[in-house]
Amino acid sequence: MAAHTFIDAAPETGPAVTPLKTSGKAQSIAAAGQWTLIWQRFKRNKVAVVAGWIIIALYLIGIFAEFLAPGLPDTARPQFTNAPPQSIAFFVTDENGQTRFQPHVKGYTQSVDPASLRRTFVVDDTQVVPIGFFVEGPAYRLWGLIPSTLHLVGPLDPTDTMYLLGTDRLGRDLLSRLIHATRISMSIGLVGVVISLCLGVTLGSLSGFYGGWVDLVIQRIIEVISSMPTIPLWLGLAAAIPITWSPLQVYFVITLIVSLFGWTGLAREVRGRFYALRGEDFVTAARLDGSGERRLIFRHILPSLTSHILAVVTLALPTMIVAETALSFLGIGLKAPVVSWGVLLQDAQNVRTIAGAPWLLIWPAGAVVLAVLSFNFLGDGMRDAADPYEG
Amino acid sequence: MSVQSAVELKPVAAPDPQVVLAVENLSLDFRLRTEILHAVRDVSFTLKRGQTLCLVGESGSGKSVTARALLRIIDKNGAITGGRILLRGKHAEIDIAPLTERSRELLRIRGGRIGLVFQEPMSSLSPVHTIGSQIVEALRLHRRMDKAAARAETIELLRQVEIPNPEKMIDRYTFEFSGGQRQRAMIAMALAADPEILIADEPTTALDVTTQAEILDLIKRLQVERGMAMLLITHDMGVVAEVADEVAVMHFGRIVEQGPVDDIFHDARHPYTRRLLASTVKLEQNRRAAPAPTGEPVLSVRNLNKVFGGTPGWFGSATFAIKAVEDVSFDLHAGENLGIVGESGSGKTTLGRLILRTVEPTSGSILYRGGEGEPVEVTALGKRGLRAYHRDVRLVFQDPFASLNPRMTVKQIVGDPLYVSGASRGAALEKRVGELLEFVGLDPLSMERYPHAFSGGQRQRIGIARALALDPKVLIADEATAALDVSIRAQILDLLLDIQKRLPLSFIFISHDISVVRYFCDRVAVMHRGRVVEMGTAEEICTAPKAAYTQSLISAVPNPDPRHKRMLHRTRFRA
Repeated sequence: MAAHTFIDAAPETGPAVTPLKTSGKAQSIAAAGQWTLIWQRFKRNKVAVVAGWIIIALYLIGIFAEFLAPGLPDTARPQFTNAPPQSIAFFVTDENGQTRFQPHVKGYTQSVDPASLRRTFVVDDTQVVPIGFFVEGPAYRLWGLIPSTLHLVGPLDPTDTMYLLGTDRLGRDLLSRLIHATRISMSIGLVGVVISLCLGVTLGSLSGFYGGWVDLVIQRIIEVISSMPTIPLWLGLAAAIPITWSPLQVYFVITLIVSLFGWTGLAREVRGRFYALRGEDFVTAARLDGSGERRLIFRHILPSLTSHILAVVTLALPTMIVAETALSFLGIGLKAPVVSWGVLLQDAQNVRTIAGAPWLLIWPAGAVVLAVLSFNFLGDGMRDAADPYEG
Repeated sequence: MSVQSAVELKPVAAPDPQVVLAVENLSLDFRLRTEILHAVRDVSFTLKRGQTLCLVGESGSGKSVTARALLRIIDKNGAITGGRILLRGKHAEIDIAPLTERSRELLRIRGGRIGLVFQEPMSSLSPVHTIGSQIVEALRLHRRMDKAAARAETIELLRQVEIPNPEKMIDRYTFEFSGGQRQRAMIAMALAADPEILIADEPTTALDVTTQAEILDLIKRLQVERGMAMLLITHDMGVVAEVADEVAVMHFGRIVEQGPVDDIFHDARHPYTRRLLASTVKLEQNRRAAPAPTGEPVLSVRNLNKVFGGTPGWFGSATFAIKAVEDVSFDLHAGENLGIVGESGSGKTTLGRLILRTVEPTSGSILYRGGEGEPVEVTALGKRGLRAYHRDVRLVFQDPFASLNPRMTVKQIVGDPLYVSGASRGAALEKRVGELLEFVGLDPLSMERYPHAFSGGQRQRIGIARALALDPKVLIADEATAALDVSIRAQILDLLLDIQKRLPLSFIFISHDISVVRYFCDRVAVMHRGRVVEMGTAEEICTAPKAAYTQSLISAVPNPDPRHKRMLHRTRFRA
């Protein structure tokens, strides 16, 4: 038989741990609400955090579009059609051979092909266009309200031109157009998602909470809607928009069309969560505590869902953006003078443009890709952080 | 960290030829986000041929991790930081600790020389393969058998683990087996490669008492037949007393005491071991002076029935029906504790839900006389009446984790019934919540915290505080202590008894654990397949049961005393 051994000491009161970081966080975690915990988890996903900053930057660009854009989106200069992007240089050497600091872009010389009569632009190193920050430029009204002429960057002399991303076939500044398009494209996703959210959360909650025939009807509606082929339907609905409508009206109708199909996924997600939570012990406990149905839904179940819903919304935004881009690209979405990424891409529809002016494709497409990827990374990060009480 | 010196009672024996596995000073760390957890510290023990070592401890003591370290199946963030695991073979001994993760030796040891039986057979058996094919695979892998021989051997193994009709059952899937049969199949698989060592990690925790007794019998018999060494991990001192030869008690990663089973139970030296035994033994008796039932009962249940399913299907065909509760009648008097015991599927939880009407009864009557004025027929109550009834008759949940909303502070959780009923708001509510928390032994200052800051026992106290918030008359406790460690279990039961001394409360205590019911209840109703088979005082039911089913149930409860093993003279019940 084995020996009877024991440790001759009082029992310990807690597990043995060696802290990795010296911090008195235990107390703060104990009183930390769900959002603090979610934020702490989210912070650990660096990609999602970076994506979040990009999204914020894109929205800021959208909000301050008029100020950030060096020019107006619709100012066409026929003398500079399809001009290539200029690059910024910082030092100039004057006639005396002295080098001094002066941010500038180089001007263009144009050459006309005598056979085809096509104009091409080449950057001319001798021509210096000095530029600066916070310069006077074309007049605008910020958000249609505040009149101003201040621009973040631009040529010091308002009559000069600066095309950092080149121009399109009518000689409009691509950078200014892209910045204004950011406002439209990013906001169309947002407005569309808000409409989807209202529809999805309401119907999803009803479906999940009551179950039975309510659930049956709502789920069948969702199935019917999601079984429709989207592109032809969009085409049909968008084609039905009267030509006489103002661009603003078209904008809202397009968001409505896009969001009409976006809510189904959200509704399903919400319904599934409701279904699972309805049977949880703490919901039963709340019911036995005397909570009515409204209190159960709004006080006990929905707070557990908000983080999930936010994550789903973030993942739904890029589909809205892509949908708008697709519609506009096909020429049935937004129309000039409204600029969106899709409208910009319309210019890049033929091979000749892509060969001669590739920047017309690269920059708007790049913007779409950046926005969509960022939203996806952000949404993934949020979804992983959404339930801080698991795992 | 300083290593405390172990006090040796007897000199250590010379290397024993019977020893098949020796663990020497094993230490294991887990790297967590903010700290390193020393999950296993300086643990040493030996496994001997034909002998059983029980590793006992409460949750978080490191007992499962220790067992998993022997097979090197610990989570990625864990690492062995010191010590040796010596597996002695016929020719040489292998140290398992430094083997690389995918080395051939390690793969040969896993399942080959050391077999493992898990707690939850459903999740450790593949749902998409037949039981037979899973065992055949193990046989072909470790014993290099051809298909036909492996199949024959599998049938033989299933016969050995007492699965009826092994020829047929071999081609069945996991979900077609009952819980006990699954665990048998799991054992058959662990035995397939004819291992020298069997590790059983809480093999009976998920099972009913009677099934537990059968599985323990089986494991013990097979171990003796095959001369295997066994490492049994459990938190149940009763199980230890029934099967162990030697015991090692773990507490926060260290073995605080080890020795022969009789020494541990009758000559415990370490304070923790004594505490563990005390809380186990305490539940073996009932100190309540049963009050004679006086006056009219608070709650009278008459001929209650619940049938699930059985309604005609869409096409007129009657579907399959289950009588979950059948013809149940009982009275609950003021200040009385009524226990309802039964195995899983006996309908005891459904009965509790029927009394609360969270599940609608099919027929029968529930008469409640606790409120002011006329007795109330609960089955006929409307929405408003039911709300008032739920203020008087409250439920304490089993799972202290799922029953508290993780997104609300303790103040909001405990105060919710007060707020909803309009009993108090604002500062008055805060004061009342503080009182309630103090009442259940929690610091009132912690009311701004969230449930995740509390341990399981503390959470259960929060749940009790919530149940008490509206001055109830009857508390229904549905397995309220099942998810807790044994020492905490005793604390919670004492808390409930203490509350009862101060408040006019009656309890309906639903449990599968007979010792808990014996400790807590005045009268006990034994349920089997939806029916109450026997009812009597707790002492009568536990010491002199009359019904055949109760007899088999009581005799299957392991006795935490190795000198009086109960399983040796069990009565079996077949129905």
